[in-house]
Amino acid sequence: MGQITLQGVQKSFGPVHIIKGADLDIADGSFVVFVGPSGCGKTTLLRLIAGLEDVSGGKILIDGKNVVDTPPAKRGLSMVFQSYALYPHMSVRGNIGFGLKMAGLPKDEINRKVEAAAATLNLTPYLDRKPRELSGGQRQRVAIGRAIVREPKAFLFDEPLSNLDAALRVQMRIEVTRLQKQLGTTAIYVTHDQVEAMTMADKIVVLNGGKIEQYGSPLELYERPANLFVAGFIGSPKMNFVTGEPALQKGAATIGVRPEHLKIERDGGGGWQGTIAVAEHLGSDTFLYVDAGALGMLTARYIGELSLHAGDRVSLTPDPARIHRFDESGNALRS
Amino acid sequence: MATRQTQFLARSLLTPAVGLLFIWMIVPLVLTIYFSTLHYSLLDPGSESFVGLENFRYFLTDPAFLASLQNTLVLVGSVLALTILLGIPLALLMDQPVIGRNFVRLMVIAPFFVMPTVSALVWKNLLMHPVSGLFAWLASLFGLTPIDWFNDVPLLAVILIVTWQWLPFATLILLTALQSLDEEQKEAAEMDGASAVSTFIYITLPHLARPITVVILIETIFLLTVFAEIFVTTGGGPGLQTTNIAFLIYSQALIQFDVGSASAGGLVAVVIANIVAFFLVRIVGRNLEA
Repeated sequence: MGQITLQGVQKSFGPVHIIKGADLDIADGSFVVFVGPSGCGKTTLLRLIAGLEDVSGGKILIDGKNVVDTPPAKRGLSMVFQSYALYPHMSVRGNIGFGLKMAGLPKDEINRKVEAAAATLNLTPYLDRKPRELSGGQRQRVAIGRAIVREPKAFLFDEPLSNLDAALRVQMRIEVTRLQKQLGTTAIYVTHDQVEAMTMADKIVVLNGGKIEQYGSPLELYERPANLFVAGFIGSPKMNFVTGEPALQKGAATIGVRPEHLKIERDGGGGWQGTIAVAEHLGSDTFLYVDAGALGMLTARYIGELSLHAGDRVSLTPDPARIHRFDESGNALRS
Repeated sequence: MATRQTQFLARSLLTPAVGLLFIWMIVPLVLTIYFSTLHYSLLDPGSESFVGLENFRYFLTDPAFLASLQNTLVLVGSVLALTILLGIPLALLMDQPVIGRNFVRLMVIAPFFVMPTVSALVWKNLLMHPVSGLFAWLASLFGLTPIDWFNDVPLLAVILIVTWQWLPFATLILLTALQSLDEEQKEAAEMDGASAVSTFIYITLPHLARPITVVILIETIFLLTVFAEIFVTTGGGPGLQTTNIAFLIYSQALIQFDVGSASAGGLVAVVIANIVAFFLVRIVGRNLEA
């Protein structure tokens, strides 16, 4: 069981309000990702749930029980730190088993559980090595092993993959997701990488300036962003925002069109006219950065190869069904 | 430093310094070895004669030698144990965020800057004096008989003085080590359910293994040669109770005016220091690896 509910959680350090009232319902067994730009409070929110920081106001319920006054160890959560925070003088076995040892379990039971966790994570050959003798990915797995061996109500991940190189990150991303599904344990995962968020999450929490901007499934956020911030944050390359005449025609202050929803035609089409400033040919995709005069810079994406180059004139036509409309305060308008 | 030219350049530039250091070390050593083979008394100048290893036999069979060797080891061992056992809690306290922390740190460091001679005088005359000392006054306040430190427990008195001088050093080294302990490790231990005591035993203490080694090695070097504190307070006495090797050598040379025997003693001290260093490096030195 691992159902976590936040009710009006606030946190301030002196006069600085980091979390300005967060309400959230995390279902048992779901994988929730906190995503947002640096300084948005996502790590603080995670540490509040972990109990490493005290809340300034509000309630945190784990399985219906308010835990704001419960010390971290008693909350039944386990955490994977950004720096892994492995104990350098203990072997892998000692690291994974430390929590169990502190809980006073008998030695043979600790060994059995540690070995089971190590087998799940392919760490069995390394059980007697010290952390410094392991590679980055292996250390990462030890940190995860330390989290799973205690069979917690929920895992808390604090940007765990940010110290790995790109290829390993993709691999670990898949491993973590698969492991979480296999164990069926609730997980809260903090990242600033929206690709990680989109690929791993059952539900994403987009945070900005200490406020929850939107809470929903990845595709919900992609297809129906609640406001300009979420629209701009989710999706890569970023959504194009257009103000002025084209927006007014749609009855909105700003309209947003994702790069993949712009139809690209050679000069003479009926859409927005512009000149290609930069063309990126990836083989699988072609990204065009188009200077569209009064409309500003627009990004367009074409699946596959398109032989257009810098300096060519193009015309871009937005898919009318996939235009996002926003009012003056940046909130989405639904028709 | 890869090419042949840079290697040659480095060596030729280093040579004068290394050469000077070498001469600096080798001249006193060779002279000491030379003197240790002479009958050389300052009371009878001009009568120097070669006596072979007679000085060594004389020094090593002197009952004062074994007594002073024991005193040296007790002094070094006790001061090491006390500075580390007291230094760890002190460093832990100074690591806590308290008001006026910088001032407290400065005050704790202060004894290290007091000259050994001065601190020995202060302890002898202001603190441990059986009539006018602070400890005597405290004892009489509780109706106890004041302890005559330098007569009743002379070695303990010297140990206390030297400990007081070296405690700041141990505390400082341990404090800087505590400050380099990764905060996330402590938080991970907290999440793992470790109490404050368990965190100290399983996380902090292993982290301190290396600085403790450094403290032991450096302090040993200096504690083997403690002299001023003994000279000022007890003069090696009563009897031989506070005579260590360094003081014994001094008394051979400048109380008994026997330079030959003192030189032999000096060489014995070098050998003893090397034996101690050998065991220390074997016992605690592996903490310094990797």
